[in-house]
Amino acid sequence: MGLLDKRFEHGGIIITKADDLLNWARLSSMWPMTFGIACCAIEFMSTGTTVYDMDRFGMAPFASPRQADVMIVAGTVTFKMADRIKRLYEQMPEPRYVISMGSCSNCGGPYWQHGYHVVKGVDRIVPVDIYVPGCPPRPEALIGGFLKLQEKIRTESLKAPGAIERLLENQKQHA
Amino acid sequence: MPTDHIQYQYKPGNLVESEPNKFNPENLRSEEMIVNLGPQHPSTHGVLRLEVLIDGEIIRDVVPHLGYLHRCFEKHAENLPYNQVIPFVDRMDYVAAMNSEHVYAMGVERMLGIAGQIPKRVEYVRVLMAELNRIASHFIALGTYGMDMGAFTPFFWIMRDREHILRLLEWASGARLLYNYIWIGGLFYDLPVGFEQKCSEFISYIKPKLKELEDLLLKNDIFIRRTANVGVLPLNLAINYGVTGPMLRASGLRFDLRKVDGYSVYPELEFNVPIGEGLKGTMGDCWDRAWVRMLEIHESVKIVEQCLDKLQGEHKRTKEFNPQEFVPKKIRPQAQDFYIRGETPKGELGFFFRADGKSDIPFRCKGRSCSFSNLSVLPEISKGILVADLIAIIGSIDMVMGEVDR
Amino acid sequence: MPDFPQLLEIVKNISPDVTSDEKSSPKAVIIPAGSLTKVCTELHQNPATYFDMLSCLTGIDNGLQANTMEVVYNLYSIPFNVSLAVKVILPRENPVIDSVTSIWRTADWHEREAFDMFGIQFKGHRDLRRILLPADWQGYPLRKDYTHQEYYRNIKVEY
Repeated sequence: MGLLDKRFEHGGIIITKADDLLNWARLSSMWPMTFGIACCAIEFMSTGTTVYDMDRFGMAPFASPRQADVMIVAGTVTFKMADRIKRLYEQMPEPRYVISMGSCSNCGGPYWQHGYHVVKGVDRIVPVDIYVPGCPPRPEALIGGFLKLQEKIRTESLKAPGAIERLLENQKQHA
Repeated sequence: MPTDHIQYQYKPGNLVESEPNKFNPENLRSEEMIVNLGPQHPSTHGVLRLEVLIDGEIIRDVVPHLGYLHRCFEKHAENLPYNQVIPFVDRMDYVAAMNSEHVYAMGVERMLGIAGQIPKRVEYVRVLMAELNRIASHFIALGTYGMDMGAFTPFFWIMRDREHILRLLEWASGARLLYNYIWIGGLFYDLPVGFEQKCSEFISYIKPKLKELEDLLLKNDIFIRRTANVGVLPLNLAINYGVTGPMLRASGLRFDLRKVDGYSVYPELEFNVPIGEGLKGTMGDCWDRAWVRMLEIHESVKIVEQCLDKLQGEHKRTKEFNPQEFVPKKIRPQAQDFYIRGETPKGELGFFFRADGKSDIPFRCKGRSCSFSNLSVLPEISKGILVADLIAIIGSIDMVMGEVDR
Repeated sequence: MPDFPQLLEIVKNISPDVTSDEKSSPKAVIIPAGSLTKVCTELHQNPATYFDMLSCLTGIDNGLQANTMEVVYNLYSIPFNVSLAVKVILPRENPVIDSVTSIWRTADWHEREAFDMFGIQFKGHRDLRRILLPADWQGYPLRKDYTHQEYYRNIKVEY
C-alpha cells in the first residue's frame, strides 16, 4: 500500500479507495483466537512466541471469540468438538476468517480411515479460507498461511455482513 | 469462502445432547451456580471442559468432561501393524513424543524377545532423545503454568530455549514435534555428524538459563503465593487414584519407573529422583509439583551429559554401525498378554497388548495414559477452594489432552 | 516379596475356582466374575500383597467366535514391587461385572471408558456415563463387530 512510506505534514490529505483503506486496516491487525485443540496448538504457540514472533504481522492471540478476527483451527476436530467450533465461529464478529491448520483439520489427516470420532475436515462445519498443510505444520508454514490470508483480504471489497440475516433465517427454520 | 460443502446441521439442543451437565440447575441451592470452563479456554491446556459448581467464589464441585480430542488411538492400533502404530503413539502425548515412542518400542521388543539384542549405542541414543524431550516437555509445563499464574515473561524465555531442543531433535529425526524416530528394534537413523558437539553446546547454554528461570518463576514471590499450600494432594489419595510421575513425587514418594523398573540403559546412568519437600508450604502442593519438574530438568541435563560422554567414548559412531540392523522384517509376537510401562514426563505410560500370534496387528492395544489418571484426582482436591486456585491446580497437573482422550 | 505361586494361593483361598495364565506378563490369575470384589479387596488389604495401585484396566472383546469379553486389571504393589494381572471373562451378550471403584478410585474413569468402548456394565459404579464419546453416540466402537454410524449431526462420518 505504501501509505506510511510518505510523510504527512500540515494536515495533509490522502486519497484512496475506501476498500483499500479498510482492507489495509483489517489485514494489518488480525487477531487470532487462542484456540488450540491438539498437537498443532503447540506449534501455534511456537509461532506466537519469541523465535517466530507472530506479532510482527500485527497478530496478537486473543482469548475471546468476540474480539477475534481469525480462527485458527489448530488440531483434530472431533464430532464432540464440532458443535463447539461452530458455536465459537458464530460468536466471532464479521468479517471473520478461518485458517485450517494441519492435516487433521484439513481432511482428517492420519485419522481419515479408522477415526470414527474424527471429522474428516473442518470445512464440513465452518467455511475455511486458508488450508495449511503439515502434521503439524512448521511455524513458518503457519506464517505463510497468514500471508496468504492477507493477500486474500487485500483483494476483498466491502460487503454487507450476512451473519445476522442468516441467524434469523436459521431460527425461523427451527422455530 | 465456499460454503456449499458445509454439512453440519444446527439444532438448539446440540451442545446439551452431546455432553449433558451432571448437575441440574433446578436441583441446586439458591446460592449455587454452574460455571462452564472450557473446552475453549486458554488455561485448560487444550480442550478440557470443567463443569464447576460454585457458591460465590468457593468451589463446591468440579466435574471434568472429556473426549473433545478422542482420536481413536486404540481403534487405529487394532487396525495397523505394530510398526505403523508408532506415529499414533507420538500423537498421544504430543509434547513428549520421544518418551512415548520409547515405551512403545520397548514393549513390542520385549514381546518379540529381541530386547537383549538392541545395540548399546541405539539405547543411548534413545535415552538421549527421550531426556531432551523430557526437558522440552517440562519447559512447556512450567512456561504455561507461569502464564496461568499471570507471569508472561517466563513463557517467552522458555519457548526461546525450547526451540534449541526442537532444532536438535529435528536435525536427528526430521520433525519438530512428532518424530517417529525410535523404531521397533532400532532407530530411524543414526545421529547426524556433529550432533554430539551441538548438543554439548546446548547443555552449556542451558545450565545458566535454568538458574535464571528458577529465579524468575519459581522463586518469584507472587508465584509462590499463588501456588504454595494450594491443591495439596496427600500421598495415600495420590496412590489410590493411580497418580504417577512428578505429581506423585511431589507428594513425597520417591517413585520413578526409570529407577524402579530400570529399563533401557537407565541403570548405568547416575541421576537422582527429586521429591517434593514442602519447601514453601505443604508437601504435595502446586508449588512442589512445579519445583519437582524444575529439579527433574536438572537431572535430565545430567543424564544427557552422561549419554553424550558414552556416545563419544565407549559407543562411538562407527562406519559399520547400522541403527536399523535389528529392526525385524516381520513383527509377529507370540500369543500373549503384555503390559509395559515406562516413565514419561507426565508419569507412568503403559501399553497393554494382546497378541494373538497369528497376525502382525495387535489384537488389542490399550494405552494407559498418565494424564488420564492424574486428571481424575482433580475433583477430589478442588472442593472448597477458590476459583483462582482451581486454575493453579489444573496447571500444576500438566496434562496433555491428546493423552487424556487418546 | 510374594512370588506368583504365593499370590495364586492367596487368591485360591478367596475364590477356589481360579486358574492361572503364566504366559502373560505380568502373570495373571483368571477368576470368575462373582468373586472379583472379594479377591480385589483381599489383594488390596492383605499385608503380604498390598496391591495399592491399579495401573491399568482394560476391556477386551474376544470377537464373535469366542463370544466372550474380558476385563483385565493390572495391579501393582508399590511396597513389594510386584505386578499381577487379574482377568475376568464375561459373556458377550449383556456383560456385567462388579465395580472396583470402592477399592481403587483409579477405576472410576477407567471403568467409564470400558463402558464407553465396549458397553460393559459395572455394577455399583456411581456415575456410569460415556466418558469419551458424545452421550448420543450409537454403538460401542471397540467391539469387533462395530460399524460406525453414517452421519452424526448430518456430518458424514466416513472420509
